[in-house]
Amino acid sequence: MIVEAGHFALVLALALSLAQGLLPFWGARRGDRTLMETAGPISLGVLLFVVLAFAALTNAYLTSDFSVLNVVQNSHSSKPLIYKISGVWGNHEGSMLLWVLILALFAGLVTVFGRRLPPVLRADVLAVQGWIASAFLIFILFASNPFARMTPAPIEGQDLNPLLQDIGLALHPPLLYLGYVGFSISFAFAVAALIEGRIDAAWARWVRPWTLAAWICLTLGIALGSYWAYYELGWGGFWFWDPVENASLLPWLAGTALLHSALVVERRDALKIWTVLLAILTFSLSLLGTFLVRSGVLTSVHAFAVDPARGLFILGILAVFVGGSLTLFALRAGVLKQGGLFAPISREGALVLNNVLLSAVTVTVFVGTLYPLALEAVTGDKISVGPPFFNATVGPLLVPLFMALPFGPLMAWKRGDIGAAVQRLLALMVVVALIALLLIALIDGASITAMLALALGSYVLVGAFAELVERAKLGRVSVGESLRRLFGLPSAAWGAALGHAGMGLTLIGVVAATSGLQERGATLAPGQAVDIGAYTLVLERIEPRAGANYRDLVGVFTIRKGGVAAGTVEAAKRVYTARRMETTEVGLTTFGLGQLYTVVGERSESGALDVRLAWRPLVLLIWGGAFVMALGGILSLADRRLRLGAPKPARPRVIPQAAE
Amino acid sequence: MTRKQRRLALIGGAGLVLAASVALVLTALQDSIVFFRTPTEIASGAVEPGARLRLGGLVADGSVQRGENLMVRFAITDGGNTVPVTYVGILPDLFREGQGVVVEGVMEPANTLRADTVLAKHDETYMPREVADALKKQGVWKGEGDR
Repeated sequence: MIVEAGHFALVLALALSLAQGLLPFWGARRGDRTLMETAGPISLGVLLFVVLAFAALTNAYLTSDFSVLNVVQNSHSSKPLIYKISGVWGNHEGSMLLWVLILALFAGLVTVFGRRLPPVLRADVLAVQGWIASAFLIFILFASNPFARMTPAPIEGQDLNPLLQDIGLALHPPLLYLGYVGFSISFAFAVAALIEGRIDAAWARWVRPWTLAAWICLTLGIALGSYWAYYELGWGGFWFWDPVENASLLPWLAGTALLHSALVVERRDALKIWTVLLAILTFSLSLLGTFLVRSGVLTSVHAFAVDPARGLFILGILAVFVGGSLTLFALRAGVLKQGGLFAPISREGALVLNNVLLSAVTVTVFVGTLYPLALEAVTGDKISVGPPFFNATVGPLLVPLFMALPFGPLMAWKRGDIGAAVQRLLALMVVVALIALLLIALIDGASITAMLALALGSYVLVGAFAELVERAKLGRVSVGESLRRLFGLPSAAWGAALGHAGMGLTLIGVVAATSGLQERGATLAPGQAVDIGAYTLVLERIEPRAGANYRDLVGVFTIRKGGVAAGTVEAAKRVYTARRMETTEVGLTTFGLGQLYTVVGERSESGALDVRLAWRPLVLLIWGGAFVMALGGILSLADRRLRLGAPKPARPRVIPQAAE
Repeated sequence: MTRKQRRLALIGGAGLVLAASVALVLTALQDSIVFFRTPTEIASGAVEPGARLRLGGLVADGSVQRGENLMVRFAITDGGNTVPVTYVGILPDLFREGQGVVVEGVMEPANTLRADTVLAKHDETYMPREVADALKKQGVWKGEGDR
């Protein structure tokens, strides 16, 4: 009964979404305030019904209602509670429902927080959101219904894919979708601006916080996904340049560019057409990501079983929204007024350079990801484009980006002074050199390239704070005065610094964990030891263990460093009884920021255990850096909310902020 | 600088970066792409020794032999032909005989593939598309897992 109610709620949500797409839009064209005002209540109605549908599906999972096909295929009565909940979106149908839930949530947020928006803009934005929601609700109801029944109902479910029974996976898709779908707001604002033919600084002041919020979630989502792959797949890699990973990286790259270009629109009323295009492209790439992951057109290490008919459906949605919005852009972009002037050497110029380089990286990753598909369609040749391609193309493009990064915030708007910026950065070079030397000393056998890359990372990390140092007048006034100034700075200034510093940390982490990697494989009997880096692992014993819905074969190790006990670690080969599926349970031991990665394989007839070990120095910085980036975003967002609540000055105050 | 000159500087700069990235992409596409082959293509001598490639098919029944220090030998078949593979390391969880896998590595003179990557999938009902196509060509496709 509840299941049917959930299904019915989805149908109602579709009907309301169609109304949300039509009524306010029509009202905006006719200048009818009453019709325009319907957008708010309708969007809240859509949210209500989607929430009800989602709750109904969650309920089916919690009560293990095996008359629902989706629950049968992805759940099991003995599954722990947390994975019953996360199982709701650990499958195709449920994850699409989550997608729509987040879409409805964002539309609801625009309704609640957007009361002060110009009425026509608000009506148009919510109408565009209505179109997107309608398309995906139609998809769910006709091609991917999570409420489909199964008769006769089996007694037990088939369990969730064990790899997905993990806390990382409970959080990764929702965060990723918050990012993907969050960009739909920027998209809706861009399309609304094109329809109205006007765009101003106020528009950018609305778009930027939404983009920032989506970007924060996407950053965390990607980092979490990368960490999940690192410890769950048992290979120890953190990024494979795999198509599905690239699918999430593409909107992140475009979204990062959008964040920066929206700054120029907001402060200087320039780059408007480019920003609108970028907003459209960012969401298009999010849709593409959804398509690539959900259609199974790509062979990927992350590929799950999928249905090609559904892929075609999503491809249709993709074609309509991308094609439609780009056509609209081509027709209407000329109407938008050109903005302010600026010299090439200026804050604007630096932000343009950021955008050019980020776009180049985006295009490169895009080509590398889709080239195999295109080639196969044209010539029938099957190829794979892997890490060597991306390292050879993205690497050289990132170097100038990182070199220029600390300069951006040091440039004044309109006309900057590059000489002064160089001087300020040179003053920080002592700190850069110290950090770089420390890092190089920490990593055995780093190549020259790796050393240079570590130096570049240190430069980005330290350079990120150059603007704060400058504004605190560090070294030129008393320390107390500097500190007072430092903490008196707007949180957006801190946000920009942390955002950039996080990038530096991630870069350092990637280089250190790759170039400092030490790997060993061995077959050990209990009592035998193996050396890795500065550590020695001794296999103490091998013991079988039973869990809630699995059985483990655990290898218990003690770790010694320089003859002194430094801890114990357990690694296991796990068999999930419901699916008879094996997984690797990695043993992770953290020393400082590095991690010792222990994997056990088969047990041989003689009772010895296959063991693979890897030592990755500073590996935690990879995800720590992403976390710092997100923190910077949150600080920046906090600042914005305060200022949006304040009375508007006649002209926005020019606060040097997140730049480059 | 006039408005026109500034715009030219902007467009010129962007064009420069674009040209550089196109050059990078083209060089990398020549050097670093890997072709996908089937066991039948390798048996017909289409692959030079020393070439890097991806090979897909089913792990042949009874072919898996474990040696010392994580050394594994197995064979990949598409029903028609079989290619021996050597690999050092721990195999993915879903690797087993009869399972569809994709391996990547270098072809050795004796038509043996020295693999450095073995991909089996997260989900046991999933068959890599390339493997499915290779099996279809040999007429051994049973339609299982065709999703």
